[in-house]
Amino acid sequence: MSCCGAAPSLDEMDEVSRLVSGKLAAFLRTLRDNGFAVGLAEGQDAASLMASGYAAKPGLLRSAFKHLFSARRSDWQRFDGLFDAFWLGKRVRSRSFAVGSTKAANNPSLKSMQDGAQPGGSQSVSDQVPSSDDAPSSRGGEGRMEGASRAENLAEVDFRKLADPEQIAQAHEAAAQLARIMRTRLTRCDLARRRGYRLDLRRTIHRNISHGGVPISLVKRQRKDKPLRLIVLLDASGSMSMYTSVFLRFIHGVLDEFREAEAFLFHTRLAHVSGAMKEKDAARALDRLSLLAQGAGGGTKIGESLQTFNRWHAARVIHSRSVVMIVSDGYETGDADLLGREMAALAKRCRRIVWLNPMMAWEGYAPEARGIKAALPHIDLYAPANTLKSLAALEPYLARL
Amino acid sequence: MKDRNQIAEALATSGYIADSELATAIALMQRLRRPLLLEGEAGVGKTEVAKALASVHATELIRLQCYEGLDQSAALYEWNYQRQLLAIEAHRGHADSIEDQIFSEKYLLERPLLASIRRDKPPVLLIDEIDRADDEFEAFLLELLSDFQVSIPELGTIKATSIPHVVLTSNGTRELSDALRRRCLYHYVDYPDVEREARIIMTRINGASASLSLQIARMVEGIRKEELRKVPGVAETLDWAAALVGLDVIDLHDSPETVHDTLMCLLKTQEDKVRVTREVSERILGRVA
Repeated sequence: MSCCGAAPSLDEMDEVSRLVSGKLAAFLRTLRDNGFAVGLAEGQDAASLMASGYAAKPGLLRSAFKHLFSARRSDWQRFDGLFDAFWLGKRVRSRSFAVGSTKAANNPSLKSMQDGAQPGGSQSVSDQVPSSDDAPSSRGGEGRMEGASRAENLAEVDFRKLADPEQIAQAHEAAAQLARIMRTRLTRCDLARRRGYRLDLRRTIHRNISHGGVPISLVKRQRKDKPLRLIVLLDASGSMSMYTSVFLRFIHGVLDEFREAEAFLFHTRLAHVSGAMKEKDAARALDRLSLLAQGAGGGTKIGESLQTFNRWHAARVIHSRSVVMIVSDGYETGDADLLGREMAALAKRCRRIVWLNPMMAWEGYAPEARGIKAALPHIDLYAPANTLKSLAALEPYLARL
Repeated sequence: MKDRNQIAEALATSGYIADSELATAIALMQRLRRPLLLEGEAGVGKTEVAKALASVHATELIRLQCYEGLDQSAALYEWNYQRQLLAIEAHRGHADSIEDQIFSEKYLLERPLLASIRRDKPPVLLIDEIDRADDEFEAFLLELLSDFQVSIPELGTIKATSIPHVVLTSNGTRELSDALRRRCLYHYVDYPDVEREARIIMTRINGASASLSLQIARMVEGIRKEELRKVPGVAETLDWAAALVGLDVIDLHDSPETVHDTLMCLLKTQEDKVRVTREVSERILGRVA
């Protein structure tokens, strides 16, 4: 890059090419750090492009690399910034990071959720509707139930009462396992229903050559039934903070095992988290998630989040065999009417809407929050989900769809 | 090798106005022999790229439209069963030789993918809306795109006589696999800017003057900024331009009534029609110079 002056000798040329290829390798690493899927073949192609005159002008090289290295729209949009930052030394915009910089893992919100449930009081529960709901009173009842719950099977313990790390770990494990079981059940049901409806001419002819081509024994085939697609929208707001960690684990399990599943996280805005959650290791997945979910633990704008979902994601992720699962307590800090409208729009699109409300099982809970009232008419199944048992109870319902 | 300016010119003469990035992509596609994956909203002209590319290379365009349930027999090859059955009947009594005979090339029906690798001159293979096909098909396609050979159990392996120029398009109704994405060059086709859209209108619509084209392009740009359920694409713009030219509109400002009444060319849902009222359309028109 910094070669100038008189005609360079062969040795110097060698030196230059080494420098350039080193720089290229560093650029590839930057891209990988930023989530680009760049393999060896791409690196080679990039080098051959640089060697064949594409490096003459930055604009040309940028455009060429952009096509080569991007794989999706988000890559496409970020690429120019990254390229300029690396090769031209301009400032990096937004949240992309360059080589060597520490990953933004110190984001507090989800990190702390991953470590387990917090005691209800310490976290500011910003979007709770104070007196009109029964939440405070039932929280008062917590102490009364506590003694009994310790002796109970883990399956029936309310998630927010899980205190010691070992129990939390157990619950997480159970949630992941549950997700796995749900998946195998769903697939097996599909297989059992298979029955041929179309003639497979190719196999039929093959089999009947010995009969002189008279098709005596027929071979049938049928389209493989596809499993349900599950789309989970998880509320990560302050009022849900006690449940978020277990559900994140559950979602991680579901995404890992269901071939067709998508996950979104919402609080005051919506984030598509399937990519991050597909990481095999649960802890790493949550780590990546914390990048996406800045602002978790605050208020909830369910209506707006659903609007975003309907507008930008629904067409892509929802098809006729989709079940949308919303996990939220329905405390809407935004516009409840908007929530009603967006729920109606969503209901038109998908097969079923399941709304899981962890607070439903609280003693004396009634769906009084404005949000849940507006949403209820459009929900197909409204169920509690505060224990592993109640999560497991959902599986037969999903299997029937 | 052609450089990108030449490619852009060649595309323009065939009726496709490309930006410099797309021209780069096409240059790279030839150079690196990678397929080109085009993503973008419906109606921004993804399919047109392939058509223009075919006319630039003066070669055949082979199109495979993907849909849910698309399988090998519709995409790659199929045996001609009717002929096979007839042949079996006709050769009754010589059963030993018939099997070799009915599984020969004579009884093979080419489908788009097989056809594309058996041409003398490399054709353009357009795999349209790959996101509609199933995962299994995607995996199979990946294999074909890397080896360019097809094995037919009854016949053996068929090697490519020419490597086609492959263009894939996706509307993003399903997330494509990383493997496929990595294999391809990626280009995001966005709505064209005003100037380019005006040039597209002028090239495509006979009788559209430069000033009218520019006005139409500006108007459409204004409409795209409204909160619409279905944002109009280039195809819609061209429809609208054709409608306006057909109604002898010379200047949009002279006939706001016609402008509003023909907006149905752009707005394709009831909600959007209700949203763009007469006032809204006049407001947008007012901003058009």
